[in-house]
Order: sequence, then C-alpha cells, then structure tokens
Amino acid sequence: MKIQSTVTSFLVDNIDTDQIIPARFLKTISKDGLGDQLFYDWRYNADGSQKPEFVLNTEKAKKSQVLVSGDNFGCGSSREHAPWALTQYGFQAIISTSFADIFKQNSLKNRLLPVVFPKDAHLALLNALSANPDLQVTIDVEAQTLTWPGGPSVSFPIDAFAKHCLLAGVDEIGYVLQQEAAIAAYEAQRFSTLNTLA
Amino acid sequence: MPSKPRTIIEKVWDNHIVAEREGAPSLLFIDLHLVHEVTSPQAFSGLRARGMKVRRPDLTFATVDHSTPTTPRSLPIVDPVAATQVAQLEKNAQEFGIPYFGFQNRMQGIVHVIGPENGLTQPGMTVVCGDSHTATHGAFGALAFGIGTSEVEMVLASQCLLQRKSKTYEVRVTGSLKNGVTAKDIILALCARIGIGGGTGCVFEYTGSAIRALSMEERMTVCNMSIEAGARAGLVAPDDATFQYLAGRKYAPQGAAWDEAVARWKQLPTDEGATYDHSITIDADTLEPMITFGTNPGMGMSISGAVPDPASIGDATERDSLRKALQYMALEPGKPLAGQKIDVVFIGSCTNSRMSDLRAAASVLKGRKVNSAVRVMVVPGSQEIKRQAEAEGLDQVFRDSGAEWREAGCSMCIAMNGDQLTPGQYSVSTSNRNFEGRQGKGGRTFLASPLTAAASAVTGVVTDVRTML
Repeated sequence: MKIQSTVTSFLVDNIDTDQIIPARFLKTISKDGLGDQLFYDWRYNADGSQKPEFVLNTEKAKKSQVLVSGDNFGCGSSREHAPWALTQYGFQAIISTSFADIFKQNSLKNRLLPVVFPKDAHLALLNALSANPDLQVTIDVEAQTLTWPGGPSVSFPIDAFAKHCLLAGVDEIGYVLQQEAAIAAYEAQRFSTLNTLA
Repeated sequence: MPSKPRTIIEKVWDNHIVAEREGAPSLLFIDLHLVHEVTSPQAFSGLRARGMKVRRPDLTFATVDHSTPTTPRSLPIVDPVAATQVAQLEKNAQEFGIPYFGFQNRMQGIVHVIGPENGLTQPGMTVVCGDSHTATHGAFGALAFGIGTSEVEMVLASQCLLQRKSKTYEVRVTGSLKNGVTAKDIILALCARIGIGGGTGCVFEYTGSAIRALSMEERMTVCNMSIEAGARAGLVAPDDATFQYLAGRKYAPQGAAWDEAVARWKQLPTDEGATYDHSITIDADTLEPMITFGTNPGMGMSISGAVPDPASIGDATERDSLRKALQYMALEPGKPLAGQKIDVVFIGSCTNSRMSDLRAAASVLKGRKVNSAVRVMVVPGSQEIKRQAEAEGLDQVFRDSGAEWREAGCSMCIAMNGDQLTPGQYSVSTSNRNFEGRQGKGGRTFLASPLTAAASAVTGVVTDVRTML
C-alpha cells in the first residue's frame, strides 16, 4: 500500500475534533456527506460561501491526499465523524508529531493513516514544502517510510496489528468474533456485580 | 514468591483479559457499555448489516442527552434532525433489547451522570461509551474510556475491545483545598500544568490526601476531564466513600452479593511499591480558583493571574497557537481576566451538574440577583438530580436570583440542542471544553468551577468567588 501525493500544510497545534467537524453536524444517523462539513467553521463564511484563503478551499488541497499538521492532532471528543470527514474530503494520511489516542484509533479503523514524525523530520518536511509547495511525497505503508525527492527516508511507527489490518483488509470485528470460545470461557468464570434484576 | 506490586490500573486491566495473541492487541472484556444517540446509530446500522444481535444487552444501557432540548419535557423536539436521531436510538434499543432511559423516562440524564446515579458504575469494572468523557466513571476505580463508533459496534457485537495497554501516570494531589477552591480547580490546574496533550497514551491514577478528601461527585469532576489533559482514562482507587455512595443504588449488588463485592473491591487499590511510568505532584494548598483564557482546556491559569503574552514564548508554533487563541478570544496579553465582562453563565454538563455542584452555585446565588446583562442557565445532569434539587428548594434559589432552571441534558456544553452562545459572546461555563465554537459558533468560553460561575453571574464579570464568601 503506497500513497503518492502532494502535501497540504496546515500548521496549527492541538487541532481538536470540534474544529475538524463541529458538533452540530453530529446529529446525522449516517456516515455520509461529512466531507463538505470538514473544518466547517474555519472553511466557510457565515453565509455559507467558502473562504478562498482557507487552505482546504484551494485547488491544490482538494487534489492532495496528505495533510501535515501541528502537534497533538485530533484532541478532544471521540467522534469518529472526524476521520469520516477527513477521508470523505480525500485525505488518506495525516502527518503530525503526535496524535490524540482516540482519534488515532478511529483513524486506523477508517484507513486514514496517522503518520507520527519526530520533530526534526517534521521540520525538514516543512522546510522542503516551503521551498517547493508542489513537493510529492511517497508513503510506503509496508516499509513504514515516507520519502520525498532530495529528502531523507523517514521511518514512522504503526501498530503491527493495525498495519496488518490495513494491508490485508482485515475486518476487526470479524477477527474478534472468531475468538468466540475465549469470550464464552471468560464470561463463564466472570464475577458479575451488576444487579440487573432490580 | 510474592507477585510484582501492581497499580490499580494494571489490576483492572489484568482482570479483563479474554485473550492475548502474538502481535495483536489484548482482547479486553467490557463490563458496562453506555450508549447515547450521537455516536451509536452508525454502529447499530453496522450490526444490522452483519445480521447480528447485541451480545450482552444486559451489560448495555442507553440514554439520550446530547441532542435533546432542555426546554419543558411537555414540548416536542423541534429540530427534525435531532428528533430523528433520538427516535433512532429508541428504535435501536427496542430492536436490540437494550435497557433505554428515553427522553420522557424519569431516569433520563447525561450518560455519565446516570451511570453512577443508578449504581451501574462500580469499582474494578471496564466501562466504555462512545464519548470521551467516559473517564468520569473512573471516580469509582473503574477503567473507563471513550471509544469511537467502530469500537461501539465491536462492543455491541462481542462485548470485547481490542486494546493496547496504556502507560500509567500518577497524579498526586497533596495537602488540602482552601476555601473557594474546588475539584474543578484541581483538574484545570493539571490541564494547565501538563497541557492538553500531556497525558497522551496514559491512564491517570489520582492519589494523595486532597483526592482522598473529595466526595464521589467531586472525584467524578476530576476524572471527567482526564481527556482534557490527553489521558483516555483517569481513576481514583475505591475507599469507604465509594462504597457508601454505591450502597443501596438500583443496580448495585445487594445482600450477600454486596459483601462479596466489597471484599473484592478492597483488593483493587495500588499495591505498596508499585511504580508508574510517569508522575506529577500538585500541592492543593497552593491552588487558587482556576479559569481558562484560551481555546483549549490546557490554556488556564489562577483567577488572580494575567493572560500570557505570546511574545514571551520561544517555540514558534506554540507562540502562533497562543496568538491565534487570544485573537479568537479577543483578549489582551498581560491583562488580568478578572473583571472581564461576560454575557452568559452555564452551570451544568457531565463535569459539574450534580447535586454538590448545584448546591455550591446556589450557596453563592442565595439572596443575590444575577447581573441584568447576563443570561444564566442552570441545567441539572439528570431528571433525578432535578427532582432532588427541587425537593431541596434549589430551583427556587436559582429562579429568585434570575437564573433559568432547565431540564436535564448536555445542553450548552456541546451546543447541539439549541442551547448556544451567539458569535462574540463570552461565557463562564462549568463544562469541560473551551474549543473554538464549542458552545456555539463564534462563542468564547471561560471554563471554571460552579462557585466561580455563580460569582461571575452576580457581578457580570469574571470574578474571584473568594471575594464573596
């Protein structure tokens, strides 16, 4: 699995999921139609027109599959609508120096790759991007590397199981359900304190 | 040979391992799965597409809180999208046989309020919910954390989760809180000290004399905002206060089962000699009432402090973040926040909507009037709390002061239900997040305790409650 793309640079620290998709859009009962609501309050004027200067409204961003952002991306609420909106917009990978725990797990379950970069590599990529905004990067999930022309090959960590699921297309719920015998055995010896007869 | 000393975090983890396979995360059994209307519909759709049932409806409980109006219950839900979402959960609960505290149910309330209130949350449990404030239940010594909708589906289907073990982080709070300083100020101080990402990858255990001295409701306030310091979960080891709170509650064990449970729960506290991956100590004696000035909960300070100056920050991205935050908040660096004019006070949310919070706010508002320029909303965490507060006459104190007394729900903490700030308005809020637009597009939030909120309601400006005690 390889991602080759230009990079959209959005260098803000602590981007929270309320910015990624504001709560008023969470009243939906489906997963669809969230791409247009991505970063809604930063992306649109009060009358619903796009703010042309906002990075996600540029033609370049619309064609890009990789976003590079500041530290602690995806903090805040557990809403999986955040990775749904990001992937529906077109992103397949986010590069940051760190990700919030729940966002990271939610992303991996939606084939959105959280790429954790060391600070120096993050800076090197940003410098390369300011020298050449049309820089193409290649993310090799199997090798766990990100490269760009004239740059280093940066290794990044991925949980081994999550990587296996991404590459082999494993349905995690199906995987868990195969362990029915272990679950049943656990339940049989489990001590329950919940007084459900009340 | 004696076994290695373990923290309570490790004990609860070990007790719930169903299976461990090479290269895969642990398969963890979930004792209690709480469900609400916002993060569950797509999970139920997934289950339906698989043709599956909920494996353990007896360990699954649902309620509506986020999208629900806090206007009188006799009125319909006017927002058709919200009404559809609420109706969908009712339908899902019926179809899958899940106990459901619906909009008109006497036990309806914020999911993290009604779990403990009904004795569903107990020591040593694993508790999950599609909501990042699930850490609230950690107050009972439960390992409780928020999950995404895919994980909600996994728990509905299997009652299990695939999880990697988190690191352990001791948050020791020594000494004792001074008058006017509360549990909310402890957790806001932690967020300010270690930042919004400080606990990423960790589970907090709150220890120390100041934590031991807290009531169960206050412990819930502290644990609730663990996620605001980056930790997915935070807990307090159970003690007599925990057992006293739980005894006799609806879903708590009764009779001989109670004695057996308490004996087990007493085994949970961290062993002498156990070590943590990280630790921090906060001296409660030096804490003052806290307030946030920025656009994440880590941007907080003592109420006597001054708004920090971006020019004093070395790191460029950090400096830009603070500058951006102050621009959004329209605040001047170097100036104190006390005296800042406000438009709205919100007292409520899963952080601060319980009886002790309402009593604290009422103690300030009793015999006083809220400032005529300020809208004050008091939103109890559950219908049960609403009844209890009314029985004590707190509703009358609020109404007499000029505050609104509303129905139970998340309300203006997340502004999904019509309760919201208008662009540019300032609020002092007892909720948990001050992100841009969190309380309504363009709204500006100062997070604080119920005491600080009530004091500010009276004066119409950000106020140090200690001047009014």
